[in-house]
Amino acid sequence: MNSTASTTLKLLGLLLLACVPLSGESFYVELAAKTLVLAIFAMSLDLLVGFTGLVSFGHAAYFGVAAYAVALLSPKYEAASLWYVLPASVGLSALAALLVGFFVLRTKGIYFIMVTLAFAQLAFFVFHDTPLGGGSDGIYLNVKPTAEIAGWLPFDLDNPSHLYYFILAALVGVYAFLARILQSPFGRVLVGIKSNEHRMQSMGYLTFRYKLAAFALAGGLGGVAGFLYAVVFGFVTPELLSWHQSGNVLLMVILGGMGSLPGAIAGAFVFTGMQELFASWTKHWQLVMGGVIVAAVLFLPGGLAAVPDRIKRSLQGGGSNE
Amino acid sequence: MDFASILIQTLNSLQYGLLLFLVASGLTLVFGIMGIINLAHGSFYMIGAYLAFVLTSVTGSLFTAILLGIPLTFAIGALLEWALFSHLYKRDHLEQVLLTYGLILIFEELRSLLVGDEVHGVDIPALFSASIPLSDVLSYPVYRLVISAVCIVLALGLYFLIQRTRLGMMIRAGNHDRSMVEALGININMIYRVVFALGFALAALAGMLAAPISSVFPNMGSHVLIISFVIVVIGGIGSVWGALIAALVIGFADTFGKVLLPDFSGMVVYLVMAAVLLWRPEGILKKG
Amino acid sequence: MSEVINEGLIAAAKAAAKAAAGSAPLLVAERITRRFGGLVANQDVCVSLERGKVHVLLGPNGAGKSTCINMLSGDLPPSEGRIHFMGRDITALSAAQRSQVGIGRSYQRTNIFPQFSVLENVRLAAQSRRQQAWRIFSRAMQQQWALDKARACIDEAGLGSKVDWIAGVLSHGEQRQLEIAMVLATDAQVLLLDEPLAGMGSDESARMVEVLKRLKPTRAILLVEHDMDAVFAVADTITVMVNGQVLESGPPEQIKASVAVQQAYLGQEDSFHV
Repeated sequence: MNSTASTTLKLLGLLLLACVPLSGESFYVELAAKTLVLAIFAMSLDLLVGFTGLVSFGHAAYFGVAAYAVALLSPKYEAASLWYVLPASVGLSALAALLVGFFVLRTKGIYFIMVTLAFAQLAFFVFHDTPLGGGSDGIYLNVKPTAEIAGWLPFDLDNPSHLYYFILAALVGVYAFLARILQSPFGRVLVGIKSNEHRMQSMGYLTFRYKLAAFALAGGLGGVAGFLYAVVFGFVTPELLSWHQSGNVLLMVILGGMGSLPGAIAGAFVFTGMQELFASWTKHWQLVMGGVIVAAVLFLPGGLAAVPDRIKRSLQGGGSNE
Repeated sequence: MDFASILIQTLNSLQYGLLLFLVASGLTLVFGIMGIINLAHGSFYMIGAYLAFVLTSVTGSLFTAILLGIPLTFAIGALLEWALFSHLYKRDHLEQVLLTYGLILIFEELRSLLVGDEVHGVDIPALFSASIPLSDVLSYPVYRLVISAVCIVLALGLYFLIQRTRLGMMIRAGNHDRSMVEALGININMIYRVVFALGFALAALAGMLAAPISSVFPNMGSHVLIISFVIVVIGGIGSVWGALIAALVIGFADTFGKVLLPDFSGMVVYLVMAAVLLWRPEGILKKG
Repeated sequence: MSEVINEGLIAAAKAAAKAAAGSAPLLVAERITRRFGGLVANQDVCVSLERGKVHVLLGPNGAGKSTCINMLSGDLPPSEGRIHFMGRDITALSAAQRSQVGIGRSYQRTNIFPQFSVLENVRLAAQSRRQQAWRIFSRAMQQQWALDKARACIDEAGLGSKVDWIAGVLSHGEQRQLEIAMVLATDAQVLLLDEPLAGMGSDESARMVEVLKRLKPTRAILLVEHDMDAVFAVADTITVMVNGQVLESGPPEQIKASVAVQQAYLGQEDSFHV
């Protein structure tokens, strides 16, 4: 695809997303808002899995830390300032990721997968067990943060379509931020680490530091998603940090084809779509989901991302010289 | 704490640690020998516990349930290896994570479909239902001692199997170099199948033994899975003896953590893991 | 016996350094030893690299040449012995840190970023020299200095016509040239080249030898190589290793004439074609 076509496609997608609130169906607006939040979450994980080559199975921890941070930082019966709680909660999840990254990045491969999962479980218990988190019932965020600046209210998060556009703007912002980073010298180092970490080291890169920075950055961006999730739904529970959440977001990244930001967004939509579809068939929709996943791994080696390539190749027929 | 309470907690730690060892030993063998990360290993524990519940209600005896359950789970394990896991050996970890994550969803939903979502108890066999009095008010249930004893016997059996038998020799060789073992004319596929089925049966057996004391409930496998990961990380991938030491450490940390730091009990084991990662990122005993 | 040779080597190295005042050796390994469990892969190996000289490491397979180069590059810590770079003890530095001080290496098995373009492979190497690699908001492709540097190194390695190719589709020989370009882009003063001619056709080898000759005046080069024509075309010093130890070290004529070397090689399958 040439770049004009791809830009056009992206703008069309954005336009389509911008039209959702016009439908007036609050169910669909909320579903789309939730999916956009998950798309931000998936993009943040893609920075690790798809671009740096770090398969984290504990990314929900940073989603959850930010979600809890909004709930805990907001006063009980009045609105907190958006301009204070947003940076604070995102900063806290980045900080948590920095701390955890310091431990988990000492490991590689299978160890890394297991250790990220274990640390996410640690975070789960921090909110589940200690008086801080309100146990398994979680905490309510009674009043959404306000965007008021010195008496002027640019938008109102209590208004569903304002909230929706705020989330859409956050998605565009995170996308642009990541796209920019990936073109920067720093981003090129991350992609180099994914391709051949050993070579990066022999060229003088202290790769641990770059991976740690990427881990903290991904944690912070995951925190953006967690923050928005808490604002949309108005309550937080330890389930937000559960390993199912980590598994699902990994699934979205893989569905969309790792190492592609539009892919991560598409993955979030495909995942939510499948979830809604299967749930409309049966209460036991996870059975169908599990079956689809197992079948995909068995019959589509290389992942779903390889499917377009395969189709292209089979369309071109045997004439190509491979 | 008085002496009797410390004794009770020590015995509980041992029993919990040994039970975790049953689960983690299979996990670490499958990691170490086949290079597979298996998220569904916790489901094997859950399957064992539910089998104990179902078979005990049918046959009326936990003994019979376990005697039937062992060959049954071994067979299911071999079948799963043949149908699914044997396709994963040359895939990357991400695909292994995906497939086994899908399996968890399937197992949990099948459990929900077949047995329901309620919590069920399993009766302790009458023979072991007694308690040994330790002080005026405290006593210790015989059944927990039996669990520990069974686990110790199994650990010894595993040691004998790996160190002293021809199969164990092949397992140890396969641990190091697949192509070399194949060059020796050993059927590596058969070894993989046996090891996998053994791992399944051990995890399921742990679930069956634990059923009367923990009862059986939805998602009971996931907690055990993550704790087993912690054990494998602490012990070093592929090291059965590392897993034994780590399982006991975790057993003690968790049990005494619950008593001494009730507000932080869930976190203690992970903090132990974090400390080990700082000290030895590849586990206290590397593969061997 | 090795004791005597090594003592001699150190003395010789010191004498050489004195003789060529101002051209003190850049990299000196003093009696480095590496054990793997009970196996001694390298014992008391001494190597000294000077600017403007090519030092060739010879020896049959399994003689410990790769272990030696791995210790020099920092990929493998020595069990014993010290390594100095420009008078500074670098034994404790990691591979990345050694690259930062000016030691570059290429690998026996081609070790590049196959999905990246030739330019990007070398640009990444060039970028590693400045803290600007940490910039997250500038565009990598607008860092003119790194691009210029990369292009210059690609030219120097003789790959100028393939700048925009994807590295993975280059011929084997071209990929080896690419590796050289990557090492050059890190401003390496010392080049540790592990069999850069391995698997090359005669044309490609000849081109690589030209590249090596061109690089030689401004850098210190350690070369592990089996191609004897190439070795004698570029070598100033040859060190022959057998069983993890230095058998003999000296100028090419001395090695050609050495009875010990002849004997060591005659017993080997790939005999010494001199």
